[in-house]
Amino acid sequence: MSEPSSRKLFEHELEERLDRVLFASPSHRSITRLATGLEPLSRAQQDLVLHWAGVTAQTCAEIGHLIVSSAPKALELLDADGFEAWVLAALDSYDRQGLRPAMESLRKLEAFATERSGAPFARLAEVEGRLTRFVQGLSGRPLAVRCVGSGNAAWTDTDAIFLPELLAAMPDADGNRRLYKATAAHLWAQTRYGTFAADIDATIAPLPDRQQALEWLALLEAVRLDARIAAELPGLAREMAELRGPWPAALVPVLPRLQSPGATVHDSLALLPEFVAAGGVPPWLTLAGTLDPTAARRVRGERIGKETKVLRNALAALKGAGGRKQGGEAALDVAPGDDGALEVRIDGEVVALPPEAQAAAQSLVQDLGELPPEVLSPAGPGGWLPTDKEGPGPDLVGDRAADWRYDEWDYHRSAYRKGWCHVYEMAVAPGDPDYVAEIGNRHRALISQIRRRFEAVRGEDRVLGRQPEGEEIDLDAQVDAHIDRRSGIEPSPRLFCRRIRNERSMAAMFMVDMSGSTKGWVNDAERESLIMLCEAIEALGDDYAIYGFSGWTRTRCDIYRIKAFGDRYDEAVRRRIAGIEAKDYTRMGVAIRHLTKLLAERPVRHKLLVTLSDGRPDDFGDEYRGTYGIEDTRQALQEARRQGVRSYCVTIDRHGADYLKRMYGPAAYTVLDEVGKLPTKIADIYRRLTAN
Amino acid sequence: MDMLSLQLPGITDEPYYQPVGEEVGLFEAAAARRLPVLLKGPTGCGKTRFVEYMAWKLKRPLVTVACHDDLTTADLLGRYLIVGNETVWMDGPLTAAVRAGAICYLDEIVEARKDTTVVIHPLADSRRVLTVDKRGELLPAPPDFMLVISYNPGYQSILKEIKPSTRQRFVAMEFDYPAPDLEARIVAAEGGVDLDLAKKLVKLGELTRNLKGQGLDEGASTRLLVHAAQIVSAGRTPGEAANAAIARALTDDPDMTETLDDLVRAVF
Repeated sequence: MSEPSSRKLFEHELEERLDRVLFASPSHRSITRLATGLEPLSRAQQDLVLHWAGVTAQTCAEIGHLIVSSAPKALELLDADGFEAWVLAALDSYDRQGLRPAMESLRKLEAFATERSGAPFARLAEVEGRLTRFVQGLSGRPLAVRCVGSGNAAWTDTDAIFLPELLAAMPDADGNRRLYKATAAHLWAQTRYGTFAADIDATIAPLPDRQQALEWLALLEAVRLDARIAAELPGLAREMAELRGPWPAALVPVLPRLQSPGATVHDSLALLPEFVAAGGVPPWLTLAGTLDPTAARRVRGERIGKETKVLRNALAALKGAGGRKQGGEAALDVAPGDDGALEVRIDGEVVALPPEAQAAAQSLVQDLGELPPEVLSPAGPGGWLPTDKEGPGPDLVGDRAADWRYDEWDYHRSAYRKGWCHVYEMAVAPGDPDYVAEIGNRHRALISQIRRRFEAVRGEDRVLGRQPEGEEIDLDAQVDAHIDRRSGIEPSPRLFCRRIRNERSMAAMFMVDMSGSTKGWVNDAERESLIMLCEAIEALGDDYAIYGFSGWTRTRCDIYRIKAFGDRYDEAVRRRIAGIEAKDYTRMGVAIRHLTKLLAERPVRHKLLVTLSDGRPDDFGDEYRGTYGIEDTRQALQEARRQGVRSYCVTIDRHGADYLKRMYGPAAYTVLDEVGKLPTKIADIYRRLTAN
Repeated sequence: MDMLSLQLPGITDEPYYQPVGEEVGLFEAAAARRLPVLLKGPTGCGKTRFVEYMAWKLKRPLVTVACHDDLTTADLLGRYLIVGNETVWMDGPLTAAVRAGAICYLDEIVEARKDTTVVIHPLADSRRVLTVDKRGELLPAPPDFMLVISYNPGYQSILKEIKPSTRQRFVAMEFDYPAPDLEARIVAAEGGVDLDLAKKLVKLGELTRNLKGQGLDEGASTRLLVHAAQIVSAGRTPGEAANAAIARALTDDPDMTETLDDLVRAVF
């Protein structure tokens, strides 16, 4: 910037700048109006607005435009941090849901400002994670937390609890957060203590006003469940009681009955007609929520059916296994243990249920109170398939949903774009079966040399002398010590040798650039290099995998499986190496994130991610090219590092040094200026990297 | 040549142990028939205490070795030390246990290096001998010697598995956290608190075990519950004790800590 940065910008200057940052704006004509709006602001504020307008306009010009036009008002209500948060919230919803919700989020400026200033309400979004973990802890089976449509009260269908987007019943935000927790706990109690065990619909059918009956029933159940919670979780019950205050007067006469330890939903239902007949308006109690017995019963029924099936199939499988071993039909004896866990005995011997079946049994105990005999009889013929659950079958890319979605780092915002990249994983189509043999013939001498060298590295033990502790005495050190002592010098206490076994606990992931630019020589070199590598690493016995990556924009990031961890280096893998071909673009960050995830799951001590590429990160369109792509890749590599994955890059790009240093750090890459050197160098590079 | 030997005192006071099943009888049977025993179960469920109790009951000395991934054969068998100009042999814990007819307990055996575990093989079958190759000594185990190993199958890592050739020499017993009522009695007795508070701690333990795999690697063990109870009996409030001895001990993750705090508050 040439002019002193303290001076305020005038309208024509603002106009010029806005014109530049909002280059793609469809509403050129209104730039003047926008500039007029910004003129009265301080220079710092003007800079702030221009900065964020520029950033957002790169994502979407409309958003940039709206930010500038709302900026004067926004800066009246918000400070710089608040302004930034307001913009980031909009960008987040753009990434997640698209333009319209983002624009709406920007327009809700006042609501945002009230909330920033410590507004008295609480949002579900901020407590959602905490509530989910909390109810998981309480129930021991999944109970999702979801958002209920606006204007509706909280309820549960027994698989999920639905809570309002915003709570404002308490005078302060913290109170409202606690109200969320209390409501969630209450709805959990409905699923845990059998509110839906009775057929509520049938019972209330004769009553005149269904809605009113359900509201009364929710209140009666609130009393009953409160007592159940108090018995098991007194701290929680105290907190709930504080938030709710004393029970409404109408409920007082029935408290003793509902609070007695043996009360069930049938007690509530028995009392219900009395309350409905009295005709009063049911008092409102936020944390009681509403009841939808029809939906809850349906979901509960489905779950019971599913889990009964899982359990019975598991029992049948156990029985089958026992029966084969004994050469006859085994006697199966199933008894629920003290803590709800099932104890299964086959011919008097205790056997373990698979975890899925044990979880199903626990869940059934919660739904039914106990395990009825029909649930515990093994299913008829038909094996136990752990995969006999849900899950989409294999499908074709194109109309199938992404296999994974990954965040991407946007350096403009210094924040992640959530779920931005769609990853599809597939195997490389097998190539020419003779290719590998041909390469093998061509490089026969080199391959056998590599194999010899690598076999020598494998598992060699070393003995370290002069150690303070060790298995054996180091005679040299002992002799020296003896001499020292005789000549009056203090002898060294390092008198032992220690054997260091070279246990290679190593997994390597090779990430191969399959972008369009590798077509021709580079692709050939990559394929040859991989063959050399496989030969070398097979000799070493390290765990390794090879994946290719390419793609076309963020919605189609393709990962090609060439050799997964655990695959043998066999004909199929060789043909897939032969089948590697140049495809589209190089969106590197997402590929690193995905392959890091695969690598991080390996149970080894050292994890190495080696990238073979021919240039800088790039993707279709301008967005990923240049700094954005480099910064995202750098961020992805740092994430990998945090997961214990070391990265290294081998690249064929004479101009590579500048950006590689930024991405990988000064010592973690090799630049080859000549394609032909790759195959001969790669094995050595790997050996150097993994030497200890 | 001189020899240093470990002193192996017997256990004089009865350690507190609450049997949960048939484990005492089974262990006695294995001891009578000189069979080695494998204990498996999650951390802090009472494996070590059980072995101490059995050592007391059988009136044998106990040698416990906590295995780690640098444990070498020499660490178990013994080594030569240098004293003045002499080399002196020092028995390792396993050799000492064999000589004394003690119970040798190798805790978390899977942590030890694979080649190390092989030295126990000849001890763990009908041969019952220990080869101390550096001394050229073949040490037959006296009748009272007993080998006990333990491991935690919950870690579920392929590197942390016992080789079949090792495990098939042992009588295996499975341990788990006791049922709630029993666990409450244990917490009350060991922690010095009343049964009511012990029940609440056990309830909290159950809630944290529900979170296993959902952000926690393991739920609170009986040992952690006992620790919390002991902090309470030393004068702190139950909330403080549960926070320090259970919630903070289980995780470093801020989100998870928050959830555990919520659960602690819910119970007390």
